Amino acid sequence: MEQAPPAAAPPWHEIVRAALARNDFRLVTYVPDNVLRPLIDGLAADPFFTVFATTREEEAVGITAGAWMGGLRGAVLMQTSGFATLPNVLASLAVPFQIPIVMLVSERGTLGEFNLGQALVARTMRPVLDALAIEHHTCTRLDELDFIVDRTLRQAVATQASATLILSPLLTGGKVFKP
Amino acid sequence: MTEPTAPTLANTKTMYRADITRRLVALLDREEAVIGGIGNTNFDLWAAGQRRQNFYMLGSMGLACPIALGVAIAQPHRHVVALEGDGSLLMQLGALATIAARAPRNLTIVVMDNRAYQITGAQPTATAFAADLVEAARGLGLTRSHWAADEADFERLVQAARHEGGPSLIGVRLDHQPPAGQTERDPAQIRDRFMRGIGTRPPYPT
Repeated sequence: MEQAPPAAAPPWHEIVRAALARNDFRLVTYVPDNVLRPLIDGLAADPFFTVFATTREEEAVGITAGAWMGGLRGAVLMQTSGFATLPNVLASLAVPFQIPIVMLVSERGTLGEFNLGQALVARTMRPVLDALAIEHHTCTRLDELDFIVDRTLRQAVATQASATLILSPLLTGGKVFKP
Repeated sequence: MTEPTAPTLANTKTMYRADITRRLVALLDREEAVIGGIGNTNFDLWAAGQRRQNFYMLGSMGLACPIALGVAIAQPHRHVVALEGDGSLLMQLGALATIAARAPRNLTIVVMDNRAYQITGAQPTATAFAADLVEAARGLGLTRSHWAADEADFERLVQAARHEGGPSLIGVRLDHQPPAGQTERDPAQIRDRFMRGIGTRPPYPT
């Protein structure tokens, strides 16, 4: 008897979307990024989610904080340069008020970055997260992704603590320079 | 720089923030949520009586409107009011465009415009010169945006916003009297009390 070929693993963005749905994270706000595009498109096409863009990342954090206090879980999508605008709102709203803000950050500035500005901004992200004692994981492998995302969402809710998932170019392919 | 010369606004009285805040709170009889932006706006909300449905920001300048939008999306049957100062709103004008795009019927924004960063020494904001925040809000898509002509008109606008559906924005021109109190700064307690007040946590036993 012929063995059936193994089912293709779902792409990273479908794994993230499934984990958000499983954990009832219905609200997704974002400032867009090319790497995040398939995730944003998939979420927007799924009626389970309420998905919209904000004008700034800190605005998205404020909306998500209000929604969480009102009983609706949410996640914020951004790229590394967007994260660099957030230390004030994280230090004065998310952390002291114990409001879990889950941030999914497409990692620019490394592994083939072509924009020096992006490369320098990216260096500020992990030190800021460490200074604020915000849990963060860098997602590099498809086979670990569901475990990391699912457990991070659960922990954020259970401990009322913010968390950041950094989506590495090793996972997403990143954005590459096309001369 | 020249002395600030605010644009002349026909028929808008200069009012007292603590009085306006008390009038607002007195009209809220359906456990409406109120988000107080930072500074004296926040202090006068506290001084108007500590309702469990009040959330007091202690930083994150400019985010009263986004936080209120989040509550309004999560609880579409509860009316939500954002209280924001002119300096704070100028810092996050894009939030009004997002609110206009989402168009929540249950959201009202009150702009406490004293044309100054009062709490840091009354340095003039842009509204002391040429900026008009009600006109800006209209331009960003919040068509139900009005200056309150006087106290009675403010109360009428609040009732219209609550009953006719929003989003709405009410601008109030203020004098420079100091706030009537000062908010207790205990963020975890503020958040917990607010969540119990809007039903996302069980109420404390009495």
